[in-house]
Amino acid sequence: MYSEKVMDHFGNPRNVGEVEDANAVGQVGNPICGDIMKISMKIEDDVISDIRFKTFGCGAAVATSSIATELVKGKTINEALSLTNKAVAQALDGLPPAKMHCSVLAEEAIKAAIADYYQKQGVDPEPIIGCNFNCAQCKEE
Amino acid sequence: MSKMVYADNAATTALSKNALDAMMPYLTEQYGNPSSIYKFSQNSKRAIDGAREKVASILGARPEEIFFTSGGTESDNWAIKSALELRADKGKHIISTGIEHHAVLHTLQHLETQGAEVTYLPVNELGQIDLNDLRKAIRKDTVLITVMAANNEIGTILPVAEIGAVARESGVLFHTDAVQAVGHIPISTAGMSIDMLSLTAHKFKGPKGCGALYIRGGVRLPTLLHGGGHERGLRSGTENTAGIVGLAAALEEASLHMNENAKRVSAMRDRLIGGLTKIPASRLTGHPTKRLPGIASFVFEYIEGESIILLLDQAGICASSGSACSSASLEPSSVLLAIGLPHEIAHGSLRLSLSEDNSEEDIDYILEKLPPIIERLRSMSPLWDNKK
Ligand SMILES: Cc1ncc(COP(=O)(O)O)c(C=O)c1O
Repeated sequence: MYSEKVMDHFGNPRNVGEVEDANAVGQVGNPICGDIMKISMKIEDDVISDIRFKTFGCGAAVATSSIATELVKGKTINEALSLTNKAVAQALDGLPPAKMHCSVLAEEAIKAAIADYYQKQGVDPEPIIGCNFNCAQCKEE
Repeated sequence: MSKMVYADNAATTALSKNALDAMMPYLTEQYGNPSSIYKFSQNSKRAIDGAREKVASILGARPEEIFFTSGGTESDNWAIKSALELRADKGKHIISTGIEHHAVLHTLQHLETQGAEVTYLPVNELGQIDLNDLRKAIRKDTVLITVMAANNEIGTILPVAEIGAVARESGVLFHTDAVQAVGHIPISTAGMSIDMLSLTAHKFKGPKGCGALYIRGGVRLPTLLHGGGHERGLRSGTENTAGIVGLAAALEEASLHMNENAKRVSAMRDRLIGGLTKIPASRLTGHPTKRLPGIASFVFEYIEGESIILLLDQAGICASSGSACSSASLEPSSVLLAIGLPHEIAHGSLRLSLSEDNSEEDIDYILEKLPPIIERLRSMSPLWDNKK
Protein backbone atom coordinates (compact mmCIF):
# COMPACT_ATOMS: atom_id res chain seq x y z
CA MET A 1 0.00 0.00 0.00
CA TYR A 2 2.79 2.45 0.87
CA SER A 3 6.06 3.02 -1.01
CA GLU A 4 9.35 2.06 0.62
CA LYS A 5 10.13 5.74 0.99
CA VAL A 6 6.92 6.31 2.98
CA MET A 7 7.70 3.34 5.21
CA ASP A 8 11.25 4.61 5.72
CA HIS A 9 10.04 8.05 6.80
CA PHE A 10 7.30 6.52 8.94
CA GLY A 11 9.62 4.02 10.61
CA ASN A 12 12.55 6.45 11.00
CA PRO A 13 11.00 9.88 10.99
CA ARG A 14 13.47 12.78 10.62
CA ASN A 15 13.31 15.91 12.76
CA VAL A 16 10.78 14.76 15.34
CA GLY A 17 10.17 17.02 18.30
CA GLU A 18 10.10 20.72 18.94
CA VAL A 19 12.64 23.46 18.25
CA GLU A 20 13.35 24.94 21.66
CA ASP A 21 13.91 28.54 20.68
CA ALA A 22 11.41 28.44 17.83
CA ASN A 23 10.22 31.71 16.35
CA ALA A 24 7.71 30.07 13.98
CA VAL A 25 5.11 27.53 15.07
CA GLY A 26 2.19 26.22 13.05
CA GLN A 27 -0.43 23.57 13.71
CA VAL A 28 -2.97 22.32 11.19
CA GLY A 29 -5.56 19.57 10.99
CA ASN A 30 -7.93 18.48 13.71
CA PRO A 31 -8.31 15.43 15.89
CA ILE A 32 -11.79 14.65 14.62
CA CYS A 33 -10.44 14.01 11.12
CA GLY A 34 -7.60 12.00 12.55
CA ASP A 35 -4.54 14.07 11.69
CA ILE A 36 -2.79 16.99 13.32
CA MET A 37 0.62 18.32 12.33
CA LYS A 38 2.57 20.76 14.41
CA ILE A 39 5.71 22.29 12.97
CA SER A 40 8.17 24.50 14.80
CA MET A 41 11.03 26.37 13.13
CA LYS A 42 13.90 28.62 13.93
CA ILE A 43 14.15 31.21 11.16
CA GLU A 44 17.33 33.27 10.97
CA ASP A 45 18.07 35.82 8.21
CA ASP A 46 15.19 34.49 6.13
CA VAL A 47 16.56 30.96 6.33
CA ILE A 48 14.96 28.00 8.13
CA SER A 49 17.94 26.96 10.21
CA ASP A 50 16.09 24.38 12.31
CA ILE A 51 12.75 22.62 11.99
CA ARG A 52 10.94 19.88 13.88
CA PHE A 53 7.50 18.28 13.82
CA LYS A 54 5.00 16.44 15.92
CA THR A 55 2.17 14.56 14.28
CA PHE A 56 -0.95 12.70 15.33
CA GLY A 57 -2.07 10.59 12.43
CA CYS A 58 -1.59 7.67 10.13
CA GLY A 59 1.57 6.40 8.47
CA ALA A 60 1.24 8.84 5.59
CA ALA A 61 0.71 11.78 7.96
CA VAL A 62 3.95 10.99 9.79
CA ALA A 63 5.89 10.38 6.57
CA THR A 64 4.71 13.58 4.85
CA SER A 65 5.60 15.62 7.96
CA SER A 66 9.02 14.03 8.07
CA ILE A 67 9.87 14.56 4.40
CA ALA A 68 8.46 18.11 4.43
CA THR A 69 10.83 19.07 7.24
CA GLU A 70 13.72 17.64 5.23
CA LEU A 71 12.67 19.46 2.08
CA VAL A 72 12.61 22.90 3.69
CA LYS A 73 15.42 22.67 6.23
CA GLY A 74 18.19 25.14 5.31
CA LYS A 75 15.97 26.76 2.70
CA THR A 76 14.85 30.39 2.51
CA ILE A 77 11.31 31.35 3.44
CA ASN A 78 10.45 31.90 -0.22
CA GLU A 79 11.74 28.48 -1.18
CA ALA A 80 9.75 26.90 1.65
CA LEU A 81 6.59 28.74 0.59
CA SER A 82 6.91 27.32 -2.91
CA LEU A 83 6.75 23.74 -1.60
CA THR A 84 3.60 22.11 -2.98
CA ASN A 85 1.77 19.08 -1.71
CA LYS A 86 2.54 17.36 -5.01
CA ALA A 87 6.26 17.83 -4.43
CA VAL A 88 5.85 16.33 -0.96
CA ALA A 89 4.04 13.29 -2.37
CA GLN A 90 6.56 12.93 -5.19
CA ALA A 91 9.48 13.03 -2.78
CA LEU A 92 7.90 9.99 -1.10
CA ASP A 93 7.58 8.17 -4.45
CA GLY A 94 3.85 8.77 -4.34
CA LEU A 95 0.97 8.27 -1.90
CA PRO A 96 -2.21 6.20 -2.18
CA PRO A 97 -5.04 8.45 -3.47
CA ALA A 98 -6.88 8.29 -0.15
CA LYS A 99 -3.77 9.67 1.56
CA MET A 100 -3.07 12.67 -0.66
CA HIS A 101 -4.73 14.91 1.91
CA CYS A 102 -1.79 14.19 4.22
CA SER A 103 0.55 15.89 1.74
CA VAL A 104 -1.79 18.89 1.68
CA LEU A 105 -1.62 19.01 5.44
CA ALA A 106 2.20 18.98 5.33
CA GLU A 107 2.27 21.90 2.89
CA GLU A 108 -0.19 23.79 5.07
CA ALA A 109 1.75 23.09 8.26
CA ILE A 110 4.88 24.68 6.75
CA LYS A 111 2.87 27.69 5.61
CA ALA A 112 1.14 28.00 8.97
CA ALA A 113 4.51 28.13 10.75
CA ILE A 114 5.77 30.82 8.38
CA ALA A 115 2.53 32.79 8.83
CA ASP A 116 3.14 32.66 12.56
CA TYR A 117 6.67 33.98 12.00
CA TYR A 118 5.38 36.96 10.01
CA GLN A 119 2.71 37.68 12.58
CA LYS A 120 5.31 37.73 15.33
CA GLN A 121 7.26 40.24 13.23
CA GLY A 122 4.16 42.40 12.97
CA VAL A 123 3.73 41.60 9.28
CA ASP A 124 0.36 40.56 7.90
CA PRO A 125 1.03 37.13 6.33
CA GLU A 126 -2.08 37.08 4.23
CA PRO A 127 -0.81 38.99 1.15
CA ILE A 128 2.35 36.87 1.17
CA ILE A 129 0.91 33.42 1.84
CA GLY A 130 -2.67 33.90 0.77
CA CYS A 131 -4.16 32.88 4.10
CA ASN A 132 -3.51 33.82 7.70
CA PHE A 133 -4.05 30.23 8.91
CA ASN A 134 -6.63 31.31 11.39
CA CYS A 135 -8.46 28.08 10.68
CA ALA A 136 -11.27 28.63 13.16
CA GLN A 137 -12.23 31.72 11.20
CA CYS A 138 -12.16 29.82 7.90
CA LYS A 139 -14.51 27.16 9.22
CA GLU A 140 -17.07 29.77 10.25
CA GLU A 141 -17.07 31.37 6.82
CA MET B 1 10.08 -15.54 7.30
CA SER B 2 11.06 -13.84 10.54
CA LYS B 3 8.89 -14.02 13.64
CA MET B 4 5.19 -13.56 13.04
CA VAL B 5 2.43 -13.44 15.61
CA TYR B 6 -0.96 -13.64 13.93
CA ALA B 7 -3.50 -11.78 16.04
CA ASP B 8 -6.14 -10.99 13.43
CA ASN B 9 -8.32 -14.09 13.65
CA ALA B 10 -11.52 -12.03 13.50
CA ALA B 11 -10.46 -10.99 9.99
CA THR B 12 -9.78 -14.55 8.97
CA THR B 13 -8.26 -17.75 10.34
CA ALA B 14 -5.75 -20.27 9.10
CA LEU B 15 -7.25 -23.31 7.41
CA SER B 16 -7.24 -26.27 9.80
CA LYS B 17 -5.33 -29.40 8.86
CA ASN B 18 -8.49 -31.48 9.20
CA ALA B 19 -10.42 -29.18 6.88
CA LEU B 20 -7.64 -29.28 4.31
CA ASP B 21 -7.42 -33.06 4.46
CA ALA B 22 -11.17 -33.33 4.03
CA MET B 23 -11.06 -30.97 1.04
CA MET B 24 -8.11 -32.45 -0.80
CA PRO B 25 -9.93 -35.27 -2.61
CA TYR B 26 -12.46 -32.78 -4.03
CA LEU B 27 -9.68 -30.49 -5.26
CA THR B 28 -7.95 -33.41 -6.98
CA GLU B 29 -9.36 -36.72 -8.14
CA GLN B 30 -13.00 -36.26 -7.04
CA TYR B 31 -13.84 -33.49 -9.45
CA GLY B 32 -17.21 -34.81 -10.60
CA ASN B 33 -20.12 -32.40 -10.87
CA PRO B 34 -22.46 -33.25 -7.99
CA SER B 35 -25.47 -32.87 -10.30
CA SER B 36 -24.40 -35.55 -12.76
CA ILE B 37 -25.93 -38.99 -12.41
CA TYR B 38 -23.04 -41.37 -13.01
CA LYS B 39 -21.39 -43.05 -10.05
CA PHE B 40 -18.23 -40.95 -10.17
CA SER B 41 -20.15 -37.75 -9.54
CA GLN B 42 -22.26 -39.31 -6.83
CA ASN B 43 -19.18 -39.18 -4.60
CA SER B 44 -19.29 -35.40 -4.78
CA LYS B 45 -23.03 -35.38 -4.19
CA ARG B 46 -22.65 -37.61 -1.15
CA ALA B 47 -19.90 -35.38 0.22
CA ILE B 48 -22.17 -32.34 0.01
CA ASP B 49 -25.11 -34.19 1.55
CA GLY B 50 -22.86 -35.34 4.37
CA ALA B 51 -21.57 -31.81 4.95
CA ARG B 52 -25.10 -30.44 5.01
CA GLU B 53 -26.16 -33.01 7.59
CA LYS B 54 -23.15 -32.23 9.75
CA VAL B 55 -23.73 -28.47 9.67
CA ALA B 56 -27.44 -28.94 10.34
CA SER B 57 -26.91 -31.16 13.33
CA ILE B 58 -24.36 -28.77 14.83
CA LEU B 59 -26.75 -25.83 14.43
CA GLY B 60 -29.76 -27.77 15.71
CA ALA B 61 -31.36 -27.57 12.29
CA ARG B 62 -32.59 -29.94 9.61
CA PRO B 63 -30.41 -30.54 6.52
CA GLU B 64 -32.99 -28.98 4.22
CA GLU B 65 -32.72 -25.76 6.20
CA ILE B 66 -29.01 -25.28 5.33
CA PHE B 67 -28.11 -23.47 2.09
CA PHE B 68 -24.48 -23.13 1.09
CA THR B 69 -23.34 -19.73 -0.18
CA SER B 70 -20.11 -17.95 -0.99
CA GLY B 71 -19.77 -16.56 2.54
CA GLY B 72 -21.09 -14.18 5.14
CA THR B 73 -21.66 -11.25 2.82
CA GLU B 74 -23.79 -13.26 0.44
CA SER B 75 -25.80 -14.86 3.25
CA ASP B 76 -26.50 -11.46 4.82
CA ASN B 77 -27.51 -9.90 1.51
CA TRP B 78 -29.75 -12.82 0.65
CA ALA B 79 -31.50 -12.97 4.02
CA ILE B 80 -32.20 -9.27 4.28
CA LYS B 81 -33.18 -8.47 0.69
CA SER B 82 -35.28 -11.58 0.31
CA ALA B 83 -37.06 -11.14 3.63
CA LEU B 84 -38.18 -7.72 2.50
CA GLU B 85 -39.42 -9.17 -0.76
CA LEU B 86 -41.15 -12.05 1.02
CA ARG B 87 -43.09 -9.75 3.33
CA ALA B 88 -43.66 -6.92 0.85
CA ASP B 89 -47.41 -7.00 1.46
CA LYS B 90 -46.86 -6.40 5.18
CA GLY B 91 -44.54 -3.41 4.91
CA LYS B 92 -41.01 -2.16 4.43
CA HIS B 93 -39.78 -1.53 7.95
CA ILE B 94 -36.64 -3.25 9.25
CA ILE B 95 -35.09 -3.09 12.70
CA SER B 96 -31.34 -3.43 13.16
CA THR B 97 -28.59 -1.99 15.33
CA GLY B 98 -25.91 0.64 15.03
CA ILE B 99 -23.10 -1.92 15.24
CA GLU B 100 -23.74 -4.27 12.32
CA HIS B 101 -21.03 -5.37 9.90
CA HIS B 102 -20.93 -3.57 6.54
CA ALA B 103 -22.40 -6.68 4.89
CA VAL B 104 -25.61 -5.89 6.80
CA LEU B 105 -25.31 -2.11 7.17
CA HIS B 106 -24.61 -1.36 3.52
CA THR B 107 -27.35 -3.76 2.44
CA LEU B 108 -29.79 -1.87 4.67
CA GLN B 109 -28.57 1.48 3.38
CA HIS B 110 -29.12 0.27 -0.15
CA LEU B 111 -32.65 -0.85 0.70
CA GLU B 112 -33.31 2.56 2.23
CA THR B 113 -32.67 4.10 -1.18
CA GLN B 114 -35.32 1.70 -2.52
CA GLY B 115 -37.97 2.85 -0.09
CA ALA B 116 -37.32 0.64 2.93
CA GLU B 117 -37.34 2.24 6.36
CA VAL B 118 -34.76 1.10 8.91
CA THR B 119 -34.68 1.69 12.65
CA TYR B 120 -31.13 1.35 14.01
CA LEU B 121 -31.39 0.50 17.68
CA PRO B 122 -28.88 2.42 19.78
CA VAL B 123 -26.30 0.52 21.81
CA ASN B 124 -24.79 1.45 25.15
CA GLU B 125 -21.06 2.02 25.65
CA LEU B 126 -20.54 -1.75 25.95
CA GLY B 127 -22.28 -2.42 22.64
CA GLN B 128 -25.51 -3.82 24.13
CA ILE B 129 -29.02 -3.14 22.95
CA ASP B 130 -32.00 -2.62 25.25
CA LEU B 131 -34.74 -5.17 24.59
CA ASN B 132 -37.33 -2.54 25.51
CA ASP B 133 -36.04 -0.37 22.67
CA LEU B 134 -36.53 -3.35 20.39
CA ARG B 135 -40.10 -3.95 21.58
CA LYS B 136 -40.93 -0.27 21.15
CA ALA B 137 -39.45 -0.17 17.65
CA ILE B 138 -41.72 -2.91 16.32
CA ARG B 139 -44.52 -1.55 14.16
CA LYS B 140 -47.36 -3.00 12.13
CA ASP B 141 -45.27 -2.77 8.99
CA THR B 142 -42.09 -4.25 10.52
CA VAL B 143 -41.00 -7.20 8.40
CA LEU B 144 -37.55 -8.06 9.69
CA ILE B 145 -35.29 -7.79 12.71
CA THR B 146 -31.62 -8.27 11.84
CA VAL B 147 -29.18 -8.21 14.75
CA MET B 148 -25.71 -9.74 14.82
CA ALA B 149 -24.95 -12.52 17.30
CA ALA B 150 -21.55 -11.08 18.23
CA ASN B 151 -19.69 -8.02 17.09
CA ASN B 152 -16.54 -8.33 15.01
CA GLU B 153 -14.84 -5.14 16.24
CA ILE B 154 -15.53 -4.99 19.95
CA GLY B 155 -16.42 -8.63 20.62
CA THR B 156 -19.68 -7.96 22.46
CA ILE B 157 -22.13 -10.89 22.41
CA LEU B 158 -25.75 -9.94 21.78
CA PRO B 159 -28.76 -11.75 23.34
CA VAL B 160 -29.91 -13.66 20.27
CA ALA B 161 -32.33 -15.94 22.16
CA GLU B 162 -34.11 -13.00 23.79
CA ILE B 163 -34.28 -11.05 20.53
CA GLY B 164 -35.63 -14.15 18.82
CA ALA B 165 -38.34 -14.48 21.45
CA VAL B 166 -39.44 -10.86 20.95
CA ALA B 167 -39.46 -11.33 17.17
CA ARG B 168 -41.46 -14.55 17.41
CA GLU B 169 -44.12 -13.13 19.71
CA SER B 170 -44.54 -10.16 17.34
CA GLY B 171 -44.64 -12.28 14.21
CA VAL B 172 -41.57 -10.56 12.73
CA LEU B 173 -38.85 -12.49 10.90
CA PHE B 174 -35.51 -12.60 12.71
CA HIS B 175 -32.14 -12.84 10.95
CA THR B 176 -28.85 -12.95 12.78
CA ASP B 177 -25.39 -12.40 11.33
CA ALA B 178 -23.63 -15.09 13.37
CA VAL B 179 -20.43 -14.95 11.35
CA GLN B 180 -18.25 -14.22 14.39
CA ALA B 181 -20.19 -16.45 16.76
CA VAL B 182 -20.48 -19.79 14.99
CA GLY B 183 -17.76 -22.20 16.03
CA HIS B 184 -16.75 -19.97 18.94
CA ILE B 185 -19.75 -19.70 21.25
CA PRO B 186 -22.81 -21.95 21.55
CA ILE B 187 -25.52 -20.98 19.11
CA SER B 188 -28.43 -23.15 18.10
CA THR B 189 -31.36 -22.48 15.84
CA ALA B 190 -33.38 -25.00 17.81
CA GLY B 191 -33.96 -23.09 21.03
CA MET B 192 -33.42 -19.54 19.82
CA SER B 193 -36.36 -18.65 17.53
CA ILE B 194 -33.98 -17.73 14.73
CA ASP B 195 -35.51 -17.61 11.25
CA MET B 196 -32.30 -17.00 9.33
CA LEU B 197 -28.66 -17.23 10.34
CA SER B 198 -25.53 -16.31 8.37
CA LEU B 199 -22.18 -18.01 8.83
CA THR B 200 -18.89 -18.16 6.95
CA ALA B 201 -16.27 -20.90 7.06
CA HIS B 202 -13.13 -18.77 7.15
CA LYS B 203 -13.85 -17.43 10.64
CA PHE B 204 -13.59 -20.91 12.17
CA LYS B 205 -10.60 -22.31 10.28
CA GLY B 206 -12.50 -23.35 7.19
CA PRO B 207 -11.78 -22.13 3.67
CA LYS B 208 -12.50 -18.62 2.38
CA GLY B 209 -15.36 -18.05 -0.03
CA CYS B 210 -17.73 -20.58 1.47
CA GLY B 211 -20.56 -19.95 3.91
CA ALA B 212 -24.13 -20.86 4.62
CA LEU B 213 -27.51 -19.39 5.31
CA TYR B 214 -29.83 -21.26 7.64
CA ILE B 215 -33.44 -20.68 6.63
CA ARG B 216 -36.00 -22.08 9.00
CA GLY B 217 -38.39 -24.51 7.35
CA GLY B 218 -41.60 -22.73 6.50
CA VAL B 219 -39.91 -19.43 5.72
CA ARG B 220 -40.25 -19.35 1.93
CA LEU B 221 -37.39 -17.05 1.14
CA PRO B 222 -37.33 -15.97 -2.53
CA THR B 223 -34.67 -17.30 -4.86
CA LEU B 224 -31.27 -15.61 -4.73
CA LEU B 225 -29.70 -17.01 -7.90
CA HIS B 226 -31.76 -18.37 -10.76
CA GLY B 227 -30.25 -21.16 -12.79
CA GLY B 228 -29.89 -24.88 -12.69
CA GLY B 229 -31.85 -25.33 -9.50
CA HIS B 230 -29.09 -26.07 -7.01
CA GLU B 231 -29.66 -25.64 -3.26
CA ARG B 232 -33.34 -26.54 -3.57
CA GLY B 233 -33.74 -24.07 -6.37
CA LEU B 234 -32.91 -21.05 -4.24
CA ARG B 235 -29.23 -20.58 -4.96
CA SER B 236 -28.19 -22.03 -8.29
CA GLY B 237 -24.65 -22.67 -9.38
CA THR B 238 -22.43 -25.76 -9.40
CA GLU B 239 -21.48 -26.36 -5.81
CA ASN B 240 -18.10 -25.53 -4.34
CA THR B 241 -17.69 -29.13 -3.22
CA ALA B 242 -14.28 -28.76 -1.60
CA GLY B 243 -15.32 -25.56 0.16
CA ILE B 244 -18.52 -27.08 1.49
CA VAL B 245 -16.70 -30.17 2.74
CA GLY B 246 -14.04 -27.96 4.33
CA LEU B 247 -16.67 -25.79 6.00
CA ALA B 248 -18.32 -28.82 7.57
CA ALA B 249 -15.04 -30.36 8.70
CA ALA B 250 -13.86 -27.11 10.27
CA LEU B 251 -17.19 -26.51 11.99
CA GLU B 252 -17.23 -30.03 13.36
CA GLU B 253 -13.73 -29.60 14.76
CA ALA B 254 -14.50 -26.17 16.21
CA SER B 255 -17.69 -27.42 17.86
CA LEU B 256 -16.04 -30.52 19.25
CA HIS B 257 -13.34 -28.42 20.95
CA MET B 258 -15.40 -25.32 21.62
CA ASN B 259 -15.31 -25.46 25.41
CA GLU B 260 -11.62 -26.12 25.80
CA ASN B 261 -10.71 -23.64 23.06
CA ALA B 262 -12.91 -20.93 24.55
CA LYS B 263 -11.38 -21.48 27.96
CA ARG B 264 -7.79 -21.31 26.76
CA VAL B 265 -8.31 -18.51 24.25
CA SER B 266 -10.29 -16.30 26.62
CA ALA B 267 -7.57 -16.72 29.26
CA MET B 268 -5.04 -15.40 26.74
CA ARG B 269 -7.45 -12.62 25.76
CA ASP B 270 -7.82 -11.61 29.39
CA ARG B 271 -4.05 -11.48 29.82
CA LEU B 272 -3.91 -9.05 26.91
CA ILE B 273 -6.72 -6.98 28.38
CA GLY B 274 -5.13 -6.94 31.82
CA GLY B 275 -1.73 -5.99 30.46
CA LEU B 276 -2.75 -3.40 27.90
CA THR B 277 -5.33 -1.52 29.94
CA LYS B 278 -2.48 -0.70 32.34
CA ILE B 279 -1.19 1.67 29.67
CA PRO B 280 -2.30 5.20 30.62
CA ALA B 281 -5.23 6.69 28.67
CA SER B 282 -6.19 3.32 27.26
CA ARG B 283 -9.37 1.33 27.62
CA LEU B 284 -11.13 -1.82 26.59
CA THR B 285 -13.94 -1.49 24.06
CA GLY B 286 -16.95 -3.79 24.24
CA HIS B 287 -18.33 -5.77 27.15
CA PRO B 288 -15.79 -6.94 29.76
CA THR B 289 -17.28 -10.43 30.12
CA LYS B 290 -20.05 -10.94 27.54
CA ARG B 291 -17.52 -11.00 24.74
CA LEU B 292 -16.14 -13.41 22.16
CA PRO B 293 -13.32 -15.54 23.54
CA GLY B 294 -10.84 -14.32 20.93
CA ILE B 295 -11.38 -10.58 20.69
CA ALA B 296 -9.37 -8.07 22.74
CA SER B 297 -10.20 -4.56 21.53
CA PHE B 298 -8.92 -1.24 22.76
CA VAL B 299 -8.61 2.45 22.20
CA PHE B 300 -5.41 4.33 22.96
CA GLU B 301 -5.96 8.04 23.22
CA TYR B 302 -3.82 10.67 21.47
CA ILE B 303 -2.55 8.33 18.76
CA GLU B 304 -3.92 6.93 15.54
CA GLY B 305 -4.68 3.28 14.82
CA GLU B 306 -3.07 2.81 11.43
CA SER B 307 0.25 3.94 12.87
CA ILE B 308 -0.08 1.34 15.62
CA ILE B 309 -0.81 -1.38 13.04
CA LEU B 310 2.19 -0.40 10.89
CA LEU B 311 4.59 -0.46 13.85
CA LEU B 312 3.14 -3.75 15.09
CA ASP B 313 3.68 -5.11 11.59
CA GLN B 314 7.32 -4.09 11.77
CA ALA B 315 7.53 -6.15 14.97
CA GLY B 316 5.89 -9.09 13.16
CA ILE B 317 2.47 -8.75 14.80
CA CYS B 318 -0.66 -8.84 12.59
CA ALA B 319 -3.59 -6.85 14.03
CA SER B 320 -6.26 -4.43 12.85
CA SER B 321 -7.85 -1.10 13.62
CA GLY B 322 -11.14 0.66 13.01
CA SER B 323 -9.44 4.00 12.53
CA ALA B 324 -10.39 6.19 9.59
CA CYS B 325 -6.95 5.93 8.09
CA SER B 326 -7.20 2.19 7.78
CA SER B 327 -10.31 2.62 5.67
CA ALA B 328 -10.96 4.55 2.49
CA SER B 329 -13.60 6.81 3.98
CA LEU B 330 -11.67 8.95 6.52
CA GLU B 331 -14.48 8.19 8.96
CA PRO B 332 -13.63 5.98 11.91
CA SER B 333 -15.61 2.76 12.27
CA SER B 334 -19.34 3.25 12.69
CA VAL B 335 -19.27 0.64 15.46
CA LEU B 336 -16.87 2.71 17.58
CA LEU B 337 -18.96 5.84 17.04
CA ALA B 338 -22.13 3.90 17.91
CA ILE B 339 -20.73 2.92 21.31
CA GLY B 340 -20.29 6.63 21.96
CA LEU B 341 -16.58 7.14 21.38
CA PRO B 342 -15.75 10.63 20.11
CA HIS B 343 -14.09 10.68 16.68
CA GLU B 344 -10.66 11.58 18.01
CA ILE B 345 -10.64 8.60 20.37
CA ALA B 346 -12.15 6.17 17.86
CA HIS B 347 -9.15 6.90 15.63
CA GLY B 348 -6.89 5.20 18.18
CA SER B 349 -8.50 1.77 18.08
CA LEU B 350 -6.74 -1.57 18.01
CA ARG B 351 -8.20 -5.05 17.71
CA LEU B 352 -6.16 -8.12 18.61
CA SER B 353 -8.05 -11.31 17.86
CA LEU B 354 -6.81 -14.71 18.94
CA SER B 355 -7.48 -18.31 18.10
CA GLU B 356 -6.49 -21.65 19.58
CA ASP B 357 -3.37 -21.49 17.38
CA ASN B 358 -1.97 -18.67 19.50
CA SER B 359 0.33 -19.45 22.40
CA GLU B 360 1.13 -17.85 25.73
CA GLU B 361 4.46 -16.85 24.16
CA ASP B 362 2.53 -14.85 21.55
CA ILE B 363 0.81 -12.99 24.37
CA ASP B 364 4.14 -12.35 26.11
CA TYR B 365 5.52 -11.02 22.84
CA ILE B 366 2.58 -8.67 22.24
CA LEU B 367 2.71 -7.44 25.84
CA GLU B 368 6.42 -6.75 25.39
CA LYS B 369 6.20 -5.02 21.99
CA LEU B 370 3.01 -3.00 22.17
CA PRO B 371 3.53 -0.63 25.14
CA PRO B 372 6.75 0.91 23.69
CA ILE B 373 4.94 1.40 20.36
CA ILE B 374 2.16 3.33 22.09
CA GLU B 375 4.75 5.35 23.96
CA ARG B 376 6.73 6.08 20.82
CA LEU B 377 3.69 7.31 18.90
CA ARG B 378 2.62 9.44 21.84
CA SER B 379 6.05 11.01 22.05
CA MET B 380 5.44 12.17 18.47
CA SER B 381 1.86 13.32 19.06
CA PRO B 382 1.09 17.02 19.63
CA LEU B 383 -2.08 15.95 21.47
CA TRP B 384 -0.14 14.00 24.08
CA ASP B 385 1.90 17.16 24.81
CA ASN B 386 -1.20 19.19 25.48
CA LYS B 387 -2.51 16.49 27.74
CA LYS B 388 0.62 16.38 29.91
C1 LIG C 1 -19.89 -9.96 11.49
C2 LIG C 1 -19.49 -10.26 10.08
N1 LIG C 1 -20.42 -10.36 9.13
C3 LIG C 1 -20.11 -10.63 7.85
C4 LIG C 1 -18.79 -10.82 7.45
C5 LIG C 1 -18.51 -11.09 6.01
O1 LIG C 1 -18.16 -12.41 5.79
P1 LIG C 1 -17.44 -12.87 4.43
O2 LIG C 1 -16.08 -12.24 4.46
O3 LIG C 1 -17.38 -14.35 4.49
O4 LIG C 1 -18.26 -12.37 3.30
C6 LIG C 1 -17.78 -10.72 8.42
C7 LIG C 1 -16.36 -10.90 8.09
O5 LIG C 1 -15.68 -10.18 7.42
C8 LIG C 1 -18.13 -10.42 9.75
O6 LIG C 1 -17.20 -10.30 10.71
